[in-house]
Amino acid sequence: MSDQPVPAIRFSGVSRHFGEVKAVDDLNLDIYDGEFFTLLGPSGSGKTTSLRMVAGFDQPTSGSIQLFGNEVAGLPPYERDVATVFQDYALFPHMTVGENVGYGLMIRKVSKPERQQQVEAMLNLVRLPDMAGRKPSQLSGGQRQRVALARALITHPRVLLLDEPLGALDLKLRQQMQIELKAIQQQVGITFIYVTHDQEEALTMSDRLAVFNLGRVEQVGTPADIYEHPTTEFVAGFVGTSNLIRGQLAQAIVGSPEPFSVRPEKIHIQQIGDPIDAGHCSATGRIDEVAYLGMLTRYIVALDGGGELTVVEQNLESTSMEVMAARNKPVLLVWSRDHNRVLSEKG
Amino acid sequence: MHSESQRAPWLLKLATAAVIVFLHFPAVIIILYAFTTDDRTFTFPPPGLTLQWFGVALQRSDMWEAFGLSLRVAVIATGAALILGTLAASAVHRSKFFGREAISFLVILPIALPGIVTGIALRSAMSLGNIPFSFLTIIIGHATFCVVTVYNNVIARYRRTGKSQVEASMDLGATSFQTFRFVVLPNIATALLAGGMLAFALSFDEVIVTTFTAGQQMTLPIWIFSQLTRPRQRPVTNVVAVFVLLITFIPIIIAHRLTQDTSAE
Repeated sequence: MSDQPVPAIRFSGVSRHFGEVKAVDDLNLDIYDGEFFTLLGPSGSGKTTSLRMVAGFDQPTSGSIQLFGNEVAGLPPYERDVATVFQDYALFPHMTVGENVGYGLMIRKVSKPERQQQVEAMLNLVRLPDMAGRKPSQLSGGQRQRVALARALITHPRVLLLDEPLGALDLKLRQQMQIELKAIQQQVGITFIYVTHDQEEALTMSDRLAVFNLGRVEQVGTPADIYEHPTTEFVAGFVGTSNLIRGQLAQAIVGSPEPFSVRPEKIHIQQIGDPIDAGHCSATGRIDEVAYLGMLTRYIVALDGGGELTVVEQNLESTSMEVMAARNKPVLLVWSRDHNRVLSEKG
Repeated sequence: MHSESQRAPWLLKLATAAVIVFLHFPAVIIILYAFTTDDRTFTFPPPGLTLQWFGVALQRSDMWEAFGLSLRVAVIATGAALILGTLAASAVHRSKFFGREAISFLVILPIALPGIVTGIALRSAMSLGNIPFSFLTIIIGHATFCVVTVYNNVIARYRRTGKSQVEASMDLGATSFQTFRFVVLPNIATALLAGGMLAFALSFDEVIVTTFTAGQQMTLPIWIFSQLTRPRQRPVTNVVAVFVLLITFIPIIIAHRLTQDTSAE
């Protein structure tokens, strides 16, 4: 720990209880300076509450939150060097775009010409030049999002908090904004803490992420870590899709009843009777359902030993007609033992 | 937007016209008899039309006294309502506390309560507290129902504006006071104006509660009421009634337009 720099944000034993409900329960987490860090989880998992405690909109019931080594729990939002991009953007409707973006500077009593110059630079950064005179109601959803981002960045906060900022945008725009957000983060070089329930978004954008469930962190790691080495059942199921194998079936396949997961794309469909390489697991079954997804086909295979596995194969050469014809076919499923992830029962 | 089939049938139009006439004919009569040449009885049609009563009315010092009192009461009651109504709406909207719904209900109650009940209640309470009836007691009486119009307008506006605007402002470094000044107040400005104008109009023509809470003073509506018992210079009463009509009607129309504009945004 001693060779690590002071974390941008450190949660130590942070809990937030609303009566009987433990929205956040004993959170311990370090987020480093310059990281794009994502809090990922289903709704009600505590990720937004954690973010709001960093911003100061919510106070922890117990525990400490440090911002670059300084305790902030108990401080009001305006005394914290962080800024927030809200899910509903929270632009001020009675102000122009320029006034919205310059709000933080106006509060800090920056002179008008200086303010104008910075607003212009910030609007350029988010690629909205010449929009300063418009009202927020005249902008599209994606443009409002950029204004919210510019408004939050203009005071040069040390940490930017983003609460599901792309939730209201359509898929195309969301994907475009994901790339832009990441580029802007690299450009300004500050810590971004990003809250989302979209696991794909989390995997695409983050340097590291924490997976939340029921007020607790299940796993922290890089996207590849989380995807390739889920340590709990919840993480395996929530991040991407996983086949969960346990009990008798696990016993039959690997010789131990310990639960493990295997990703659908790691499993290959072969002919019954094909040779099985050393170090591989196998199971026989019958294709129960076929879903043609364009680039991919998803098969649900009912195993002879009970239970079912999801398998995904790329449609490299096959057409939809061919994959559809595979229904009810008996098959052999084969995958490398290395792809099995033993899971703890935690969560 | 309106297709042929959506046109109202003639029976409905007739009924609507009848209701409108029923509602507004008395007001037309008031205006008409402000110009009559007959000063003792109301004969129809008026024997002649004249503007002389406007001159007479403007020279009556007792009328001016009553008018001045009504104006002062309405302005001060409205001012008090603006402050108290905004505070109450902010508290009820922003925080959750025990009895929040009950307080919301109690604030709105005076407008639902018959004026006579409010009047009796205030009068007994003031007698119990040994408070002499005065200018101040009239204002207190009026404030009870003026607060409601402000409260209702402001809380409706609060409900329409996202809560995160306040958070965003604080997040960008603004204190609570700055947030109120730069974000909350501009947001509720038209609601305050509308609520205030309604409150002013309500106060200006209030009779019942005033009757119970006034001492020797006469507000304009009470002055009018006392004039009706004296047949002398009857059209003067009508002239003053026309003034009251204008003074209360114009703010209400403006208030209506203000709230319409913002909801269309």
